[in-house]
Amino acid sequence: MNFSVLQFPASNCDQDAVHAVRLLGHSARLIWHKDAALGDTDVVIVPGGFSYGDYLRCGAIARFSPVMQALKQFADNGGLVLGICNGFQVLTEAGLLPGALIRNRDLQFHCENIFLKTATNDSPFTSQIPAGKILRVPIAHGEGCYFADEATLAKLKANNQILWQYCDAGGNLTDIANPNGALQNIAGICNEKRNVAGLMPHPERACEPLLGSDDGKWIFESIFAALKNKTVAQAA
Amino acid sequence: MKAKIIITPKKAVVDPQGITVLKALEHMGHTGIKAVHVGKFLEIELDGTDKEAARTMLNSACHKFLSNPLIEDFRIEIE
Repeated sequence: MNFSVLQFPASNCDQDAVHAVRLLGHSARLIWHKDAALGDTDVVIVPGGFSYGDYLRCGAIARFSPVMQALKQFADNGGLVLGICNGFQVLTEAGLLPGALIRNRDLQFHCENIFLKTATNDSPFTSQIPAGKILRVPIAHGEGCYFADEATLAKLKANNQILWQYCDAGGNLTDIANPNGALQNIAGICNEKRNVAGLMPHPERACEPLLGSDDGKWIFESIFAALKNKTVAQAA
Repeated sequence: MKAKIIITPKKAVVDPQGITVLKALEHMGHTGIKAVHVGKFLEIELDGTDKEAARTMLNSACHKFLSNPLIEDFRIEIE
């Protein structure tokens, strides 16, 4: 399976994403933001970092990169897209995911391990996460507070689009376990078609025990499984 | 011609910067301040003299790029 990882000026988790995918046995390559085509691609990862210096708003300028047109088309055709951290911000700014990410409520940049509860297994990004499994993965962001207006939030809930929420070690969605003030402890969501997802935490930094946790691999395993099913379905 | 664009967080969006600045002002002993909203200010230099055309152009730019209408309000002043 071929993963394409987009690379904007000041992306800084692009290599981590490539490393994680290769470590888990699949192929990954970098796609420069000025490229107008994605090539042979099964999944696109929009990585973390500070694209365009976070100027104006996080992700606001990256969405005008030529590669974003190709990404939109890929997503419109049902391709799987995962935005991590700054990638999540880029996807919201590009209108591929609803809502916005705003400044953390305590104005601090948070760089720490957090716990994540999977709100639904019904997505290509969560299907393989064991039931009840609380994921321990790192976050590193200053503007990760998820915000959406009431109507959008109601729609997210009604369509089961909330994928991950910040929780404590016991899986409780407490305010203290919420590192940035995100509405409803939201850490990650998907679009209505369920083929585009974004999350503030970094699963790609938690795919091997050496890094303190390999819980992030469950998100990648879910993507692999979704692609495998798709391939089987196409062959049948 | 010069345009000034003032972008502020929407009232429904929590503005931790504004709250922090308000608390600091109160700590200094200033009273009677109801709220502080921290936003952005852009000064844009323009060719020509057609204010209405400039306003139309900037209005579109604010909607699509310079502000995020989900979380921010903007106002344009042209002089």
